[in-house]
Amino acid sequence: MSAPRLAVENLSYGYPGRAVGCVIGFTVGAGEVLCVLGRNGEGKSTLFKTILGLLPPRAGAVRVDGEPISGWSPRRRALMFGYVPQNSGGAFPFTVAELVLMGRTAHRGAFAAPSSADREAADEAIAALGIEHLARREWLRVSGGERQLALVARALAQEPRILVLDEPTASLDFGNQVRVLDAVLNLAETRGLSVLLSTHHPEQAFACADRVAVLAGGKLLQIGAPADVITPETLRACYSVDVAVLPVADDRYRVCVPRSYLLC
Amino acid sequence: MLAALAVGAALAASGAAYQSLFRNPLVSPDILGVSAGAALGAVVGIFLSLPVLAIEAVSFAGGLMAVIIVYGIAAAIRGRDAVLVLVLAGVVIGALFGAGVGLLKYLADPYNQLPAITFWLLGSLAAANPHDLTSLLPAVAIGLIPLGLLRWQIDVMTLGEEEATALGLDTRMLRIVVIAAATLMTSAAVAASGIIGWVGLVVPHLARLTVGPAFARLLPVSLLFGAGYLLAVDTAARTIGAVELPLGVLTAAFGTPVFLWLLAFGRRPAWS
Repeated sequence: MSAPRLAVENLSYGYPGRAVGCVIGFTVGAGEVLCVLGRNGEGKSTLFKTILGLLPPRAGAVRVDGEPISGWSPRRRALMFGYVPQNSGGAFPFTVAELVLMGRTAHRGAFAAPSSADREAADEAIAALGIEHLARREWLRVSGGERQLALVARALAQEPRILVLDEPTASLDFGNQVRVLDAVLNLAETRGLSVLLSTHHPEQAFACADRVAVLAGGKLLQIGAPADVITPETLRACYSVDVAVLPVADDRYRVCVPRSYLLC
Repeated sequence: MLAALAVGAALAASGAAYQSLFRNPLVSPDILGVSAGAALGAVVGIFLSLPVLAIEAVSFAGGLMAVIIVYGIAAAIRGRDAVLVLVLAGVVIGALFGAGVGLLKYLADPYNQLPAITFWLLGSLAAANPHDLTSLLPAVAIGLIPLGLLRWQIDVMTLGEEEATALGLDTRMLRIVVIAAATLMTSAAVAASGIIGWVGLVVPHLARLTVGPAFARLLPVSLLFGAGYLLAVDTAARTIGAVELPLGVLTAAFGTPVFLWLLAFGRRPAWS
């Protein structure tokens, strides 16, 4: 049996002097979508940054196709992982097209200008997300959802094999949440990308994830198929609220409703 | 005249580099204490009555020393926002070096050295001669080359440390190279002409409003604007009054209202 695309082994992560999570282990196969749930401050972002090599692990290892990546250069990581951060730190008014083109950084030499191949890849990524109309606009001036789509396009232009999205639907309106998730799902399917994403909406896991991992108390509480993991018991353990998980459309999808809503 | 062009271009280009690197359009070459360090070095040189070339060398050493100390402090204080620590350290070290300049002015011979120090600190190209150019121009050229070559990566650095790393950059190395290049240009400019403030802040800002933030366009436009701006100010300094006015005074007099205007009516306040 071949090694999984991404394997996280006994990983402990956090900041100097402060452990956030310990001995977490899971795998993500090629073309698989893993959704990570956990309450605020549970360390989902920290976990993702540790996997990406932006933070050093406190213990444990991350492997890609069986190979430990601790010694990889930023460039090599960037060719494997595309990262969509929760909020981007950019403060200058680049256009969406320029921003997406920055996704090609790892594909060219330190001194090289973007080649025509780079521009084609960026244009293709913009087209894949259907945001051609935004390309010439300043990315700080488009709406939150459009900005998120631009960041996904940038990660796509990287041509990674693993896509890591940190709460891609946070602060988006309902329509944009659906659009971003649909876009990600579509990419995972058509390009065989492995996807690791976090969310605060357990229901989204039913829509997009092959498997769900639930973090609680710095540990991996549970991991498995959405229908097995997203249960009233797990959600209570994770979020400390009583939730009913109800099937809809012949159980092709399930909704999570807080029980307190059902009482009145 | 050549000196005015070169000093203006150097200050504007290093300002543009610092602004992109520190992701803050309000940053200037003064932010790392570079100007203050270079100024202290030069004042030490004048105080010790060193020859001109030695004064320039000491000034350059002062600028480099300031940036090394600031960078060292930032590296030692970990676990906080690296850029914030760097900028604050620059302000603090700049103030310390400024105090050193004050001490030397207090100790200086009030008939010969003090007027020379004071006039030089205010910023002046009056004393610039072909000899200054031979040290100024190569330093500016050496500083410009890496900035020009790395222009695409400098754009990515404006996204911040983590995102730039995630996009595949060795941010530590890049930061050192860009800071060293910009510091070299600033020090050379300060050694030749004293502290001419505001050029490194206002000119790149104007350039960005004109051609956008992409460094491939920002750098050449900053160079042109900076050179043209300082040439105009230098000409004004020579022609406005009966005596030649200090450049630093004029750039501040022009720069402050322009900056306030940008602050109030700029296309978009990019800092937050």
